[in-house]
Amino acid sequence: MIASATDIAKAVRTKECSAKEVAAQCLARIESTDGNTHAFLRISGEKAIERARQVDEAIARGEDPGPLAGVPIAVKDNICTVGGTTTCGSKILEKFESRYDAHVAQRLQAAGAVIVGKTNLDEFGMGSSTENTATATTCNPWNASRVAGGSSGGSAAAVAARMVPAAIGSDTGGSIRQPASFCSVVGLKGTYGRVSRYGLVAYGSSLDQIGPLAVEARDVALLMGVIAGHDRRDSTSVDAEVPDYVAGLDDPLDGLRIGISEEYLGEGLDEEVRGCVMAAIENLKTRGASVVPIHLPHMNYAIACYYVIVTAEASSNLARFDGVHYGHRTPEPKDMIDMYASSRGEGFGAEVKRRIMLGTYALSSGYYDAYYLKALKVRTLIRRDFEEAFQSVDAIASPVAPTPAFTIGEKTEDPLAMYLSDIYTISANLAGICAISVPCGFSGAGLPIGLQLMGPAFGEGKLLSVAHQYQQATDHHEQVPPASSTD
Amino acid sequence: MTDQAITTRTIIGLEIHVQLRTATKMFCGCPLKFDAPPNTCVCPVCLGHPGALPVINRQALAYSMLTGLALSCDIARHTKWDRKSYYYPDMPKNYQISQYDLPLCEHGHFEISVEGDTRRIRIKRAHLEEDAGKNLHDVPGCTLVDLNRAGTPLLEIVTEPDLTSAEEAFVFCTELQRLVTYLGVSEGSMQKGHMRFEPNVNVAIDVGGTEYRTPIVEIKNLNSFKSVRGAIAFESQRQTAAWQEDHDYVLGKVPNENRGWNDDRGVTEFQRPKEAAHDYRYFPDPDLVPVDVTDEMLAGVTARLPELPIARRARFMSEFGLSPKDTEIIVGHRGTADLFENAVKCGAPVDILGKQFVNVWLKLANDRNVPVTDLSVDAERMARLASMVADGSVSATAANRIAEAMLDRRDPPDLLADELGLVQVQDTGAMEAWVSEAFAANEQAVRDALTNPKKAKASAGFLRGKVMRISGGKADPKLVGQLIEKRLSELRE
Ligand SMILES: [Zn+2]
Repeated sequence: MIASATDIAKAVRTKECSAKEVAAQCLARIESTDGNTHAFLRISGEKAIERARQVDEAIARGEDPGPLAGVPIAVKDNICTVGGTTTCGSKILEKFESRYDAHVAQRLQAAGAVIVGKTNLDEFGMGSSTENTATATTCNPWNASRVAGGSSGGSAAAVAARMVPAAIGSDTGGSIRQPASFCSVVGLKGTYGRVSRYGLVAYGSSLDQIGPLAVEARDVALLMGVIAGHDRRDSTSVDAEVPDYVAGLDDPLDGLRIGISEEYLGEGLDEEVRGCVMAAIENLKTRGASVVPIHLPHMNYAIACYYVIVTAEASSNLARFDGVHYGHRTPEPKDMIDMYASSRGEGFGAEVKRRIMLGTYALSSGYYDAYYLKALKVRTLIRRDFEEAFQSVDAIASPVAPTPAFTIGEKTEDPLAMYLSDIYTISANLAGICAISVPCGFSGAGLPIGLQLMGPAFGEGKLLSVAHQYQQATDHHEQVPPASSTD
Repeated sequence: MTDQAITTRTIIGLEIHVQLRTATKMFCGCPLKFDAPPNTCVCPVCLGHPGALPVINRQALAYSMLTGLALSCDIARHTKWDRKSYYYPDMPKNYQISQYDLPLCEHGHFEISVEGDTRRIRIKRAHLEEDAGKNLHDVPGCTLVDLNRAGTPLLEIVTEPDLTSAEEAFVFCTELQRLVTYLGVSEGSMQKGHMRFEPNVNVAIDVGGTEYRTPIVEIKNLNSFKSVRGAIAFESQRQTAAWQEDHDYVLGKVPNENRGWNDDRGVTEFQRPKEAAHDYRYFPDPDLVPVDVTDEMLAGVTARLPELPIARRARFMSEFGLSPKDTEIIVGHRGTADLFENAVKCGAPVDILGKQFVNVWLKLANDRNVPVTDLSVDAERMARLASMVADGSVSATAANRIAEAMLDRRDPPDLLADELGLVQVQDTGAMEAWVSEAFAANEQAVRDALTNPKKAKASAGFLRGKVMRISGGKADPKLVGQLIEKRLSELRE
C-alpha cells in the first residue's frame, strides 16, 4: 500500500528508501490497478524513473531535493507538461505536445516531485463526471458502475485507488471538490489568484484554479505550500505571502465559527448526504467550534450566473483551437472556412460544442447586456453575500454535492441535471474564495460523501487545519476502496 | 441629371495604427525585430499556445499615455482590456486583445497648419492593442503564417470626421508621424509599416441649399502618406460622380463599404459591403487585470512630455529670429532642435549659428547620410565655431573648412583654425599689400570697376575674390571689401 506524500518525502530525504524504488512501485501499482479505473490518459514511466534517479543523485550529493522529494504525483491533463502530450481529454489536442511546463509543474519538480502521468478529465474541464472525454470514462474506485465525478475525475480516482499519494486537479465550478467527494479524498480549491494559472489550459479564466488532491489534508497542505505563490506570468496571480500550511495544521480550533446556510441544505439534497454533513458539523462542535446560521440570498442565481460566465469565457478561450497552428486539422478542407468549421466540428465533443455555442450567444451583440453583463452583476452580489457572511463566521460548512456518485450514463443525456450536481460548489468559484472537500462518511450503498468547507479569500490555512483535525478524529479517509484492497 | 450648380464638401475621419517602439511585444517578452526570419521572435504567449497568459508591457502603456497627452487627450484613470473575436489564420488566439469601451485616451485634438491656416482636428480616442501576424502567399497553393509581428504593441488613434480634404489628411498624417517620432514613442518608419492609415470618406453635396451625403467608404490599410492623399482625392471624386450618375447613391440607401487602394492604377477598389456589421463579441479579458492610472504614473509621464513641434517652431522663429524655412528644417527632428538649442545655450550667436547650422552642419550630415546629432560635433564646439566667425577671428568661408576638420578631430576649433592657417588676418598693413598685389595683377578689372557702371559691382567682387585667394582665406572679407572700396575711390579722385 502506497504511503502518504509526507511519509514518502521523509523516507526519501532520510535515505530510508530511494526515489527510484518509490517511482517503480508507484508505476507498478498504476499498471495493476488502472486497467479498470481509467484514471490515467498517459503514464510517463521512463521519464518518471529518470526524474526519480535525479532526485536520488541530488540526495547522494548531499543536496535537499525539496519538500516533495521523490513523491509521485499525477497531473490533470489540462495542465501543460513538456515531454508527451497534453490533450485536455479532447480529440482536437490528441497529439498536442506543449513546448513548456506549466508553473505548477515547474514548482512541483523544483520541490523534488516525480510526475508519473497525466490524468483523465471531462474535455477541457467541461463536465462533472469524467464521461465527456475523447477516451474512456474514469470509473469510481468505490464502485465501477459509478462516475468518479469531474472534471478532475482521473486525479481523484488515482488518489482514491492509492495509485499515487497525491494529484493535481483544476477547479472551475467544483472540478476538484466534487470528484474528491465522490472518491473519498481531500481536494482543495484555493482562493482565485493563489496558484498561478500559467500553463493551465483555460476553460473559464476568471474561475479556474489549480489545486491538490490527496487522501489526507496534511498532504494537501504540503502540496499547496509548494504550488501556491505569485507568478508574474499570470496577471491574476496574487502577490501575497504563502503561509506554512503544514505548520498551521494543529492550530487550535477553539472559537471557530462555522456558518450554516439554509440555501445549502434545502430541496434536492440527498438525506444520507445531509446526515453525514450534519454529523461532521456536530463532530467539529465537540472540537470547540460553534455553529452560526447565515444567509446567502443570491445563492439561487449561482447556477445561471455561472453557466453564462463560464460558457462565455470558454467560447473565447477555445477559439484558438482551429487546426491552423496546432492540434487536429481536418484532412481535406474545401476552403479556409471549412478548415475552421470541420477541424473544430471533428475535434470537439458534444458538451464542448454546446458550451461554445451558449457562450457565443451570450456575448453576441444585442444579448451581451441581458446575459453576460447581468451575470457579472449577479456575481458581484454573490461575492458580497460571502464577504458579508465571513464578517461573522470563519468557515461555511455544506455538502459538496447533492448526492453521492451517480451511475455512469445516468446524466449524460440530461445536461441540466448534470449542471445541478455543481450547485454547492460553483459559488466559491464565482466569489473567488477558497473551499475544501473532506471525506465525511459513506452512504448505505458504500459510496463516499464529502463535507465542503468554504473560507474567505486566502483562508486556506484555516480550512486545512479544520480538515486535518477532523480527519484526526475520524477514519473515513482510512477506508480503502474495494478496487484497491486486493493489492 | 441636374443642371443646378453643386458644391461639395469632403468629410474625412482617420483611423491610424502606430507601432510603438518598445523593446518587447505587448503581452510577452519576445523582441520586436523587423527583419528576423519567420517565426523566430515567438513564444507560447504570442503563439497563442494553450495555457499561456498575457502580461501587459508597461512601457507601451507609458508611450500611449505620452502620445495621448501630446494629443491633448484625457487620460483614463481606469482602463481595461477587452477581447475582440474574429477568426483569421494570422491571429493565433482568434481574438485580439484591445480596448473597447474604456480606451486609455479620449477627447483630444491635434493642430495642423494647412496652407497657412491652423486647423484643429479632434481626436476621438486612442487605445492600445496587439498586432496580428502576417499571412504570406509566396508559395503557390498554400498560405504560410509568420507570427513574428503577432503581439506587437499598436496605438490606434481615431479622429473625429474633421478633415475636409485629401491635402489636410496628408498634412495630418505627416504631422502625426513627426509627433510620434518627436515623442520617441515610435520609429514612425513607413517602410517598416510602423504607421497604417484607414480613412473614412464621404461627400456632402449641396444643391441649392439641400444637402445629400454619399455612403461612407472605409479605405483599408494604407501605408504611405501619398496613398492617403491619392485614395481620398480619388474617393471624393468617385463618390461625387456616382451621386451625379444616380441620386440614390446616398447614405442610408446604399450600404457603406470597404475599399482598397490600388497604387499602380491610382484607384480604390471595392472589397466588401459593411451592411452586416461584424459582431466582434467584445468582452473584458479575464486574463488581464484593469489598469488604474495613478497620480504618480500620470505625473511621471507628464514630466517626460517635451515641447511639441508646433510650439517649438513658433518659439524658434520668435526667440531666435529664424526664417520659417530654416525653422522647419531644424525643428523637424527633436535631436536636431535640441542640438541647436544647446549650442545657443553654449553662447553661440544665433544669427551666425542659424546659417552655419543649415548650410554647414546639416549639409555635412546630409552628405554623409547621418543625422546631424551623429556628426561627433557637440553643441559646445558648434557654438565656439559660430563665435569665432562672429568675432572675426575666422571668415565664414574658412569656417566651412574648419567644420570639416572638426568631424575628424575632437580638438577645439581654435586649434584647428590655427593649424590650417585660417585665423583671419586683421592686420591692415598686410591686407593693403594684398590689395595692391591684386590691383596690379588685374588691371582690366580695376578699369571696369572705375569706368564701366555695368560691370562696377561685379568687378569689385572679382577683386575681392582675388585678395581672398592671395591671403589664402585668412583675410577678413568684410575688411577686404572696405579696403577695395577705399582704394577705388582714391583712384577715382
Ligand atoms: Zn512572445
